[in-house]
Amino acid sequence: MQWLDALIQGILLGGMYAQYALGMALMFGVMRIVNIAHGDVMILLSLIAVSLAGVIPFGNIGLIIVVVPIAVLIGWALQKFILNVVVGGDELPSLIATFGLSIALQNLMLEIWSADTRSLPNSEIASASFQIGPFYVGLLPVIVLICAIFITGGLDGVLRYSRFGRGLRAAAADTEAAAMAGVNPQKIYATATAIGVGILGLAAVFAALRATVSPADGSAQLIYAFEAVIIGGMGSIWGAFWGAMVLGIAQAIGLRIDPGLGILFGHLVFLAVLAIRPQGLMARK
Amino acid sequence: MSDPILSTHALSAGYGDFQALFGVDLHMNEGEVISLIGANGAGKSTFLKSILGLIPAARNMVRFQGQEVGGTPAHMMVRKGLAMVPEGRRLFVGMSVEDNMRVAIDNARVPESDGQWSREKLFELFPILGEKRKQPVEDLSGGQQQMVAISRALLSQPRVLLCDEISLGLAPKVIREIYAALPEITAAGTAILLVEQDVSLAKKASNRLYCMLEGRITLSGASDDISRDAIAQAYFGASHAVA
Repeated sequence: MQWLDALIQGILLGGMYAQYALGMALMFGVMRIVNIAHGDVMILLSLIAVSLAGVIPFGNIGLIIVVVPIAVLIGWALQKFILNVVVGGDELPSLIATFGLSIALQNLMLEIWSADTRSLPNSEIASASFQIGPFYVGLLPVIVLICAIFITGGLDGVLRYSRFGRGLRAAAADTEAAAMAGVNPQKIYATATAIGVGILGLAAVFAALRATVSPADGSAQLIYAFEAVIIGGMGSIWGAFWGAMVLGIAQAIGLRIDPGLGILFGHLVFLAVLAIRPQGLMARK
Repeated sequence: MSDPILSTHALSAGYGDFQALFGVDLHMNEGEVISLIGANGAGKSTFLKSILGLIPAARNMVRFQGQEVGGTPAHMMVRKGLAMVPEGRRLFVGMSVEDNMRVAIDNARVPESDGQWSREKLFELFPILGEKRKQPVEDLSGGQQQMVAISRALLSQPRVLLCDEISLGLAPKVIREIYAALPEITAAGTAILLVEQDVSLAKKASNRLYCMLEGRITLSGASDDISRDAIAQAYFGASHAVA
């Protein structure tokens, strides 16, 4: 019985990780841009949400309405001013640029918000739960999971069937050839990063509702997002979702075996997937 | 005689410190097929890339439809009516034949319904692509991939089509098939610039011919009038003729 409970909690945790991972799936999986600042940007957005919490009306919905556009703007600026400089090159320049950005962001956040852990004020939604048979399920994690499923489906559909999605896949496959076919790679990459970080804005509000955040937490979110994308398979949006599920379930089960084992268990499963199926669960090719 | 649709004026370009082109003058008229021949490293591909804006060039060095367009980014040149079949095909790997085509349609000069080219028309020209429209391009043979590359360029609805070594690495039968499609393309006024290493192929397929050596035009004229000796001299340089 307690293992079934762990499975349910793992799936719910996976929903949160999926939200971290979807922006990464777009940027790293499809565009092959390594954004080391991924986790730090999310923490930044969480802290912005925490600071805005008292000011903005309509509670958490209001926060999402404000934070997501901020995230979109940050993503667009990130691509426009930092990453577009390295478009078409290999992964290394983007890795170095965003590594620097990551450190700068962490220090900036320490300066503004100090090292304290913070979270959004306890609201009804964060503590509400309901019972299914013998299991208690939190309302917020279920909302997070449902949002993750919709975003995954939406993003996958956009990539497959929209003009933007085709242009992005083309630019990711061969930037110069895409330009020869009339695609403006810089514009399409800026849009893609704006979408990726925009999703992170939603994740940031949920993360701050669900638990505490502090300026140094970004690297953990980065690792989870990376692991989910790689477990799922590069270039596959649903892959990142299932990768996040695998990670969440592994952590929840590890946690049940021993409270200290949770995160380690997630990493072990990641390493096992790398060893057994290095192309990932749902690799494109 | 009307103004050329595309012309270059003392076009010089290169990569960083390395200069590959030294004052190239070339012009092409509407509906014309031009061949540009030359040995490896003569600067032919650089020339095409600098016309299309993939390599920087000064504004007055390239004129297209009466406008000075040198150095305009490639994606904007495509909107103006210039398209290129790149060397080595450069298809979008991981995408289907039709999705490769649709990327060009999405960004074409005019919509597919108003343009000269549509997917249906290209599937008539290259029937094999119709059969394989849902397949990923990496599953196709080299010749079929070249047909996709040509289709993709045509779906941009170009006024001028630049073809970089479309015969490279293909079987003679496939080359004939692809070259047989050229008259169909020029029929509606699209001009073609063929970059070729195969001299006899280039001579046969074109109205006029330019030969390039070490970044300079060494010979130009009507394809039927130029003798093979003159081409050999222009192709390899004067030192070869002496040796």
